[in-house]
Amino acid sequence: MKVLVPVKRVLDYNVKPRVKADGTGVDLANVKMSMNPFDEIAVEEAIRLKDKGVTEIVAVSIGEAKSQETLRTALAMGADRAILVVSDEKVEPLGVAKLLKAIVDAEKPDLVILGKQAIDDDNNQTGQMLAGLLGVGQATFASKVELTSDSVTVTREVDGGSETEKLSLPAIITTDLRLNEPRYASLPNIMKAKSKPLDQKTPADYGVDVTPRLTTLKVVEPPKRTAGVKVADVDELVAKLKAMGVAK
Amino acid sequence: MKTLVWVEHDGKTVKDATLAVVTAATKLGEVDLLVAGSGVDAVAAEAAKIAGVSTVLTADNAALEHPLAETVAPLIVKLMSDHDAFLAPATSNGKNIAPRVAALLDVMQISDILSVESEDTFTRPIYAGNAIATVQTKDAKKVITVRGTAFEKAAAEGGSAKIVSTDGAGLEQSVSTYVGSEIAKLERPELTSAKVIVSGGRALASSENFHAVIEPLADKLGAAVGASRAAVDAGYVPNDYQVGQTGKIVAPEVYMAIGISGAIQHLAGMKDSKTIIAINKDEDAPIFQVADIGLVGDLFKIVPELTSKL
Ligand SMILES: Cc1cc2nc3c(=O)[nH]c(=O)nc-3n(C[C@H](O)[C@H](O)[C@H](O)COP(=O)(O)OP(=O)(O)OC[C@H]3O[C@@H](n4cnc5c(N)ncnc54)[C@H](O)[C@@H]3O)c2cc1C
Ligand SMILES: Nc1ncnc2c1ncn2[C@@H]1O[C@H](COP(=O)(O)O)[C@@H](O)[C@H]1O
Repeated sequence: MKVLVPVKRVLDYNVKPRVKADGTGVDLANVKMSMNPFDEIAVEEAIRLKDKGVTEIVAVSIGEAKSQETLRTALAMGADRAILVVSDEKVEPLGVAKLLKAIVDAEKPDLVILGKQAIDDDNNQTGQMLAGLLGVGQATFASKVELTSDSVTVTREVDGGSETEKLSLPAIITTDLRLNEPRYASLPNIMKAKSKPLDQKTPADYGVDVTPRLTTLKVVEPPKRTAGVKVADVDELVAKLKAMGVAK
Repeated sequence: MKTLVWVEHDGKTVKDATLAVVTAATKLGEVDLLVAGSGVDAVAAEAAKIAGVSTVLTADNAALEHPLAETVAPLIVKLMSDHDAFLAPATSNGKNIAPRVAALLDVMQISDILSVESEDTFTRPIYAGNAIATVQTKDAKKVITVRGTAFEKAAAEGGSAKIVSTDGAGLEQSVSTYVGSEIAKLERPELTSAKVIVSGGRALASSENFHAVIEPLADKLGAAVGASRAAVDAGYVPNDYQVGQTGKIVAPEVYMAIGISGAIQHLAGMKDSKTIIAINKDEDAPIFQVADIGLVGDLFKIVPELTSKL
């Protein structure tokens, strides 16, 4: 069985995003970039499924040439080969989903495991879009995945609790935080990853038009909250709560 | 412009999240609602009373009992031949369904909008709410999810929309089937609609402590209970208690963060709360930078004392 894992290069989650003074976006110059955390979980899940009949894991990234680093991380974790679709322009989820569809058509994976959301644009769309374009089942926000030879049963995190769905293969899964804890790549595996195959393509190779549909007119900082007062003890806090009408 | 709003419901009543979406839709034009499900008469009747709604479209089919995106999306796509914009709440169901609709319509979805600036321009948070983007769409049809805390709720009473049934025939659960769910029975207010929220973090150190310390305070205040990711990951509380960038977005009158450090991913989910109260033993914890009222000290001493004095 083959699994495709799309991974996105994003601002590291530990870095505080700074809005550029000219209002065109968030400053990504000279800041640490990493694999989207949900995609690490996706790679990890694919690796764990190797005991359950998965034989090949293909990592895919769409973005600037530096996304190679992200793919090498996936290879070092345990993916077998990688495809980079180079685009210097930002590709929106719809464009990403169309490219992924073209790759799925060529690679014929049994499963595609994506992150539920990229933590830069917080779109939470790509997996669902890909499933729609392919006309296959989707299990978003996965917290548990059980794979058999012709189906996958997924427990999903939903408002109020959890829900279980059974999908026939091929299927699309998106990961939630509690699916697994991703491994760190070991040094020998990082070395080995350097010689694993990494194909470079362009959107034109797949005949996909990735012209953006949205124009970002401006990006601003949210209204700032300022620190308020510190109270000395519980009595003072109780008095404040009473003054607000929260406590009687 | 004619808009179609997907109504979130549990088979019995309309979920609150829908009302904020109606408000957002009203800013775009005429509002139709879609009530899809199995045995939806009561829900449709309730939906028809929401102020500002023209028509309630119903799709009644056993295959729609659970809102699987695979089944619901094609139905919405069909109805979109007659509508210019589709709106859904940014709830787990809304987020699951809307992008599939967008892909089938070949449009780029605008996720989690905070405001409607004009017919084609919206604001939305990016980078865990550390930046707000104003985006304009070139797509003729719009697919939008709406952040519930960013819009007033439409009045649940006062409207008198007509109810029209649409053809739900031919729908089936095919590529995916619903197996079951474990939805906890809530004894407290729902997180996303509560006026007061008491949230606990990693500092609670165990599930027993969480129940013994956080819940009595919440009950005294009639509050919902939330948690940080760390508390959820450690198993102190169920996953749907998580507040944050990748959990629930809340904006209550009062949010109490107890033993929560204030990571940006947590702040993303609660920093629009009216009043933030933080209790933390570390006076330099980042949560104090956004808290209106802070109390430095050991929560295991402070919280029981607070509960007893309320
Ligand atoms: C992709 C991604 C998504 C994420 N999404 C979310 C999300 O949606 N929501 C979320 O919350 N987090 C999220 N996180 C995690 C986030 O980065 C933090 O790790 C998390 O919020 C920390 O939880 P915490 O504040 O409970 O724990 P900690 O950061 O460990 O803080 C514990 C706090 O308790 C205080 N404390 C300890 N003992 C006591 C005591 N006895 N009395 C009083 N105070 C005490 C400490 O001083 C400290 O400030 C996400 C992370 C990633 C990578
Ligand atoms: N440019 C990209 N390259 C590879 N994968 C992507 C890209 N953009 C999004 N994805 C995948 O889609 C998921 C959801 O992203 P989004 O819909 O942008 O929030 C991510 O977690 C990735 O798995």
